[in-house]
Amino acid sequence: MIRVLDAGPQTTVQDLGRPGQLRYGIPPSGPMDLRSFLLANRLAGNPDGAAALECTYTGPRFATDAPCAVAVTGAETAVTVNGAEAPRWTTLALKAGDVVKVGAARAGVRAYVAFAGGIDVPPALGSRSTYLRGRLGGVGGRALQANDTLALGPASPPRARAVPRGAWPAFGAETTLRVVPGPQHDRFTADGLAALLGEPYEMTLQSDRMGARLKGPRIEHARGHDIISDGIPLGGIQVPGDGQPIVLLVDRQSAGGYTKVATVCSFDIGRIGQVKPGQRVRFAAVDVAEAHRLSAAWEAALAAVSLEESAA
Amino acid sequence: MSPLRFLAAGDLALSVELGDEISPDVNTRVRALEYLIQQKALAGVVETVPSFRALLVYYDPRAVGYETLCDRLAELAEQATTAVLPPPRTVELPCCYEPEFGLDRDAAAERLRVSPDELVRLHAGAEYLVYFIGFTPGLPYMTVPERIRLPRLETPRVNVPPGSVGIGGLQCCIYSVESPGGYWLLGRTPLRLYDAGAAEPTLLRPGDRVRFRPIDRAEYDAIAAAVGAGTFRPVIR
Repeated sequence: MIRVLDAGPQTTVQDLGRPGQLRYGIPPSGPMDLRSFLLANRLAGNPDGAAALECTYTGPRFATDAPCAVAVTGAETAVTVNGAEAPRWTTLALKAGDVVKVGAARAGVRAYVAFAGGIDVPPALGSRSTYLRGRLGGVGGRALQANDTLALGPASPPRARAVPRGAWPAFGAETTLRVVPGPQHDRFTADGLAALLGEPYEMTLQSDRMGARLKGPRIEHARGHDIISDGIPLGGIQVPGDGQPIVLLVDRQSAGGYTKVATVCSFDIGRIGQVKPGQRVRFAAVDVAEAHRLSAAWEAALAAVSLEESAA
Repeated sequence: MSPLRFLAAGDLALSVELGDEISPDVNTRVRALEYLIQQKALAGVVETVPSFRALLVYYDPRAVGYETLCDRLAELAEQATTAVLPPPRTVELPCCYEPEFGLDRDAAAERLRVSPDELVRLHAGAEYLVYFIGFTPGLPYMTVPERIRLPRLETPRVNVPPGSVGIGGLQCCIYSVESPGGYWLLGRTPLRLYDAGAAEPTLLRPGDRVRFRPIDRAEYDAIAAAVGAGTFRPVIR
């Protein structure tokens, strides 16, 4: 059992999410940075779908009442066990009574904390993922609070392993995101489309798991910014009347009535979740065939990450 | 029938547009296409999201290519008519139109040049098609009769309680969670359109028909108490 001592500003339980509910207006949720989440589970010896913690900016401080294994990935944070610095991207074996702290993100935004056995909260609609606005899943549909306790599923102790440094994500001041134009790119002027793919956009503070609001060159509409409301895909870039893009993410509203100029590719969605306010993103267009090729390459590269034996 | 349009929506989804208008006919074809996809368990389709005139289809590109999927959807769309859909459910929503809940009832009536009672009669007298569910969990997209259409509020409210029933523009909205909103509030239903704790969290489904039954404050309170206790059974035919 894990006891939460400090929760951090927004630490939630996430698994691979709840597909199939968008037609009832319920988003899939799940991790913002899928790759870091999956690697945390691999280090903890878990299947891909085990529930882990997603931390935002600053992680939790927690104690374990029994031996267990934990791994911290994602944003660059200071991890300590009983006050002593511990490696990230590494399986850590904990003893009963150990206190782990996941500190503030120095680079990136979201860290993932996976425990061997996974976090055992009751599934809601087939998933343990927390959907904060819908108060669904996770721990009572909310972010963790001090004094929460988390049960873990059964697990045999995993081998101590580490993700080689070359496979850690890079958190630069500027991130390029591949997009497929559309579904409504024909509702924008040539200048508007050129703006989207030209200068970078700045991440703003008004960004969360629902969507990332960006600020930059105006994306000009050809004829109005309203459409007959329709479904919003993951990564859909909605452009309201002010010409500023909003990228819709894992906790997005299922439908909306603003034009969507382009859609960020699935393999680049996770990188948005690690961009800090004030940092920049650029958009680069690819067609569907190229996006599918890149997606397959992304998956192959993730599968090929070979974990190193670790002394930790 | 207007020609189909297929629009790429990233690498995991595509949108099929079956028309260019908000009408029960076009929307019925959207829902029929979705139903056929489910019935035939179309290979590679992961999830579908109907809306007024389009179906968003999430797919697994490892299981089906974009062009192939478009071809299969085009074949299915030819058969997508009312005839393939199961008969719709009719869901009765008790609604208290008293001014305590219907904060804009009298102002809306004045704007529409009818009496408040007549406005309630017009609103509750209609049957509403749930074109689709979305925006917030369990929120139905429905249109109002021509006679009671008026522009949305100029200044939206910051917080509208769940269950509030409002009209504005083409639409009749029932707020499913507390949220900001610009609809004229006519009343409130004690039923929960979204209940995170329930096995089936949403009350309504795409294609349902909704009827409002006017109730007084005493009945509202009685139903709200039964809903809270988990003993209320909504009338669904």
